[in-house]
Amino acid sequence: MSLKSDPLDGADERPNFKTAAVLAYEAQASRRRLVLRVLQVLFGVAMIGFWQVASGTLVDPFFISSPADVIETLRRWVIDGTLATHLWITLYATFSGFGIGALVGFTLGFLFGRWDAIATIFDPYVTALYCLPKIALAPLFIMWFGIGIESKIAMSAVIVFFLVFLNTFGGVRDVSQIYINAVRIMGANEWQLLRVVILPSAAAWVLTGLKVSVPYALIGAVVGEFMSSNRGIGFLIAQASGIYDTAAVFAGLVVLAIAGASISAVLKRVETHVLRWRG
Amino acid sequence: MTLVVDEVTKHFIARGQEVAALSPVSMTIETGEFVAFVGPSGCGKSTLLNMIAGIFQPTSGQILHDGTAVLGANRQVGYMTQMDSLLPWRTVEQNVLLPLQIQGQSRGESAERADALLRMVNLAKFKNHFPLELSGGMRKRAALAQLLVYDPGTLLMDEPFGALDAQLKLVMQGELLKIWEDTGKTVVFVTHDLTEAISLAQRVIVFTGQPGAIKHESRIELGRGRDVFKVRFAPEFHDYYETLWAELAPEIHKGEEL
Repeated sequence: MSLKSDPLDGADERPNFKTAAVLAYEAQASRRRLVLRVLQVLFGVAMIGFWQVASGTLVDPFFISSPADVIETLRRWVIDGTLATHLWITLYATFSGFGIGALVGFTLGFLFGRWDAIATIFDPYVTALYCLPKIALAPLFIMWFGIGIESKIAMSAVIVFFLVFLNTFGGVRDVSQIYINAVRIMGANEWQLLRVVILPSAAAWVLTGLKVSVPYALIGAVVGEFMSSNRGIGFLIAQASGIYDTAAVFAGLVVLAIAGASISAVLKRVETHVLRWRG
Repeated sequence: MTLVVDEVTKHFIARGQEVAALSPVSMTIETGEFVAFVGPSGCGKSTLLNMIAGIFQPTSGQILHDGTAVLGANRQVGYMTQMDSLLPWRTVEQNVLLPLQIQGQSRGESAERADALLRMVNLAKFKNHFPLELSGGMRKRAALAQLLVYDPGTLLMDEPFGALDAQLKLVMQGELLKIWEDTGKTVVFVTHDLTEAISLAQRVIVFTGQPGAIKHESRIELGRGRDVFKVRFAPEFHDYYETLWAELAPEIHKGEEL
């Protein structure tokens, strides 16, 4: 921890082992993490407990169902394969949309960021499109791509595109000229410049864009399913609400929440690894 | 690697105004020479260095490096600025390896060379640290290793030690002099610190205030094997200082009046 002191001499002899103070500090930090984790779990348990108790006493279960009923519905879905079928469809649309949107968004964001002329020419059009509520595009996509999975992928891709595009654009713009000049003088060509400086420098922004857009990719797919479809978690929720099956509506929501949180957790890990240099 | 600056000028256009940063400047820097540029802020000394490095082109005139005009990024020079140019997302070792990697050199040989340089600047144990985990002095030493790893014939240094504290500055100056003596590289060193210029250089060139032009030149005859810690107490040092200060001082005041 004391790397920043005494830079003059003895750089080679500086001890790197853990002293008692370091161990004590780490033990305290890990205790703290444990306490926070326990509180985190307790909060969840308390909320679910409250829901269970409130259901039937404070509020009519018709409106809020109850955790027990939701779990029962989920159990049924798992056993009869409903969950696997529909979740697979929704995740497929999510990831396809995410992949397409991220790829196109990244590529265009990079081009716009690197070439000022392109950014200037297209800026008003991109801004105008960005301002459109993406949900308003759903009917159009259904007309173009039908009620199959393609329209959901399109929906999801459009939402992801803008988030990744704007972040990549910002990231590429943000690359310090100092690094670019330094690497140029070392003899780097455009490709090396891109790989060595621009991509790693923009990585923080791009990753933020990707991370933020995952839930939106899911939202895009589900919104598409709401509008018209015959498969997917969105379809399950829409169908359940049609027949006033509140437990199934909540079960669908729970599945979406868990799916979104899991994907975000994975991305957070990736981000931590890629950006470990930020110390 | 003779460096010839031939009637070079530089104008910038900023906020609808044309600003002359450098009036015609000519000089010849011989191979193996250690030259320092001093002058007030905005005198175009860094601009000239940037043009020698090929970061941008002169408005008129030309720069010849070893007989060839510098038209794009000059790959025969190593450039070190006051700013930290180590890439923060690469470890110290990866940063030092970078120039060799860009030149497409084999991994094994590169690693050996990087290792040797990291040992030379006393950073071998920190090769897997990221720059943000190091102190300012350690980052400078890493930058020095990166600068030397591909063995450029000419080192361009733009106030490289400006951000360091006084003691560390002396240590780094000492290391630079030793490297220069050992390798016989050409060094062009920009500073606004007269003491630094006299301690290090064989020739000090004083620039006028904006637009920059060469005002005065002094040969510093303090010997090659000088000791940066002691040289400032030599009687000749004070003579050089007074002469150069007499040239430099009015330029600084000129800048203040603007």
